Amino acid sequence: MKAQLVKMKSQVQKLNRSTRSNVITIGVIVIAYTICMSMIKAGNMSNLLQNLLVAMCYYAIMAVSLNLTVGILGQLSLGHAGFMCIGAFTGAFFSKIMVGTIDNVLIRFTLAILIGAAMAGLFGVLIGIVVLRLRGDYLAIVTLAFGEIIKNVLNVLYIGYDSRGIHFSVNDTASLNLEEGGMVIIKGAQGISGTPRNSTFTIGVILLILTYLVIVNLINSRSGRAIMAIRDNHIAAESIGIDITKYKILAFSISAALAGVAGVLYSHNIATVQSTKFGYNTSILILVFVVLGGMGNLRGSIIAAILLTVLPEYLRFMRDYRMLIYAIVLIVMMIFNWAPACVNWRKKHSLKGFIDNKIRKKAKEEA
Amino acid sequence: MSFITYLINGISLGSVYSIIALGYTMVYGIAKMLNFAHGDVIMIGGYIIFTIMSTMGLNPILAVVISIILCTLLGITIEGIAYKPLRRAPSLAVLITAIGVSYLLQNIALLIFGAEAKSFTSVIPIKPISLVGGRITISGETLVTIPLCILIMTGLTIFIKKSKTGRGMIAVSEDKDAAILMGINVNKTIAITFAIGSALAAIASALMFSTYTNLSSTSGAMPGIKAFVAAVFGGIGSIPGAMIGGILLGVIEILSRAYISTQLGDAIVFLILIIVLLVKPTGILGKKIQEKV
Repeated sequence: MKAQLVKMKSQVQKLNRSTRSNVITIGVIVIAYTICMSMIKAGNMSNLLQNLLVAMCYYAIMAVSLNLTVGILGQLSLGHAGFMCIGAFTGAFFSKIMVGTIDNVLIRFTLAILIGAAMAGLFGVLIGIVVLRLRGDYLAIVTLAFGEIIKNVLNVLYIGYDSRGIHFSVNDTASLNLEEGGMVIIKGAQGISGTPRNSTFTIGVILLILTYLVIVNLINSRSGRAIMAIRDNHIAAESIGIDITKYKILAFSISAALAGVAGVLYSHNIATVQSTKFGYNTSILILVFVVLGGMGNLRGSIIAAILLTVLPEYLRFMRDYRMLIYAIVLIVMMIFNWAPACVNWRKKHSLKGFIDNKIRKKAKEEA
Repeated sequence: MSFITYLINGISLGSVYSIIALGYTMVYGIAKMLNFAHGDVIMIGGYIIFTIMSTMGLNPILAVVISIILCTLLGITIEGIAYKPLRRAPSLAVLITAIGVSYLLQNIALLIFGAEAKSFTSVIPIKPISLVGGRITISGETLVTIPLCILIMTGLTIFIKKSKTGRGMIAVSEDKDAAILMGINVNKTIAITFAIGSALAAIASALMFSTYTNLSSTSGAMPGIKAFVAAVFGGIGSIPGAMIGGILLGVIEILSRAYISTQLGDAIVFLILIIVLLVKPTGILGKKIQEKV
């Protein structure tokens, strides 16, 4: 009975801690949002920073969602920008078709986000079924391959719309055979232009908070524990009856759908979307956010994404050497975290080690 | 007749892929890591040859030799600084480091040589020959690439089978701990593997940029990834597998660019990778590795 009580108490404490941590994170986001909004109202914010506000939100969403795959599921995905690309194109496509039909901006944009997320999630499931039978290096290279395929295909795709419906082509605008008054929506390498610019900072922050809540709830659920068990030891997880494929696809597709949300936000922020923007480099950029923020640490991802979006615009040094710094961040973080010499050094110089040493010394002196 | 020309071009490109794939497959077999930066060593090799030839005006062959030496040193340095401390780290950490190194090399090249693509001068002075009354032309690059590829492949196989170092490599790839007990210096063996891989990358860069003359900071990344696809295709860890995989991939790429779509060439190559990994994850000549608990 007593043991049970102790266990329950520790469970309650644990629950409280995670809830408390969530409240703090969301509270900080809301406070930051309020400060930004009041600064805009008072006219204290530079145009440069105002233009970055939405970018911060979609990069933060991308980072948090990639963290689900890399940090929580423990699989390296190098094609995350591909899902963003799908979300961006689907959302922009929907908005452009519906711009005359649905007048209410809020409803249209919400629908665009849902459809973009659903499409990216669908691709996440499809690709996940194929990819997640592999592990480690193979999985990384196949996700990279998928990202490149998505980019390449969208780069040659033409889609038009007229009264007869939607037309596809991989050659040029003329081969779409549109009726008079028909509209070419996706123009191959030129992408989609003229998407209504509906993304605002407020919507971005709401989406960021929603993304954060979705992932935190997933992590603290039964499914989340199964996913983390797979990360820690997939053989042990399988042997206690966890359906590895199911949970891997679950995590992967949720991550993809959230990347789709970021994509819709992106495409409605700048009027022109081109598939070349979503290549390998963008995927690496998001990976840098995740690695710098700490793999498995959602709050860290958000902070890293915001810092690395804002700093290069302000520090000239960082603007010129931005990519170089990203590369060094990746290498140094990994060596700092895993090299035996660094691990020992950190143990010796960490605060906890310092306090432990003090206590030990005191005990020795007393003896 | 154009089909035969495409086929020959495909085999030529494929030979380059197989030389690059050798570097991947050896490193993967021995260090159990995917060296993402391998493709960028090719790019660096290309820039070294370009700089030597354009600023010093040295003989192309000498330039290639210097490039091989510098790339070998680069390979050993990368291994020593970035990969050696992570020998016992999880594969995710090593992979992220490798991506970091790849990105670092690309951006250093970008800072030094600028974003504008350079035009590489061919290092091969042989004139193209015409066959069947001029309907088929074989370029000098192709004439050198294919025999050189076969030569490298044979030499490497003999080196690994017969020499003491080569047999040490096989031992490390099969069981690292047992190899240590047998008195093999694992760190040295891995460093030698990186050295050989990087030297091959330098040779591949001379051959590749002689045919495809566009040289920019990212022009090594795509061939690198495709060579990895070739290594997987042939069975990772296998030297003849790298050759078969490379040539098949080169032929498929050139033919699909010619007959299906120019822009979708890369997409088709990646689709092949995915199909191979699903149908036969161990590749054509690969061995199945049982996972121990």
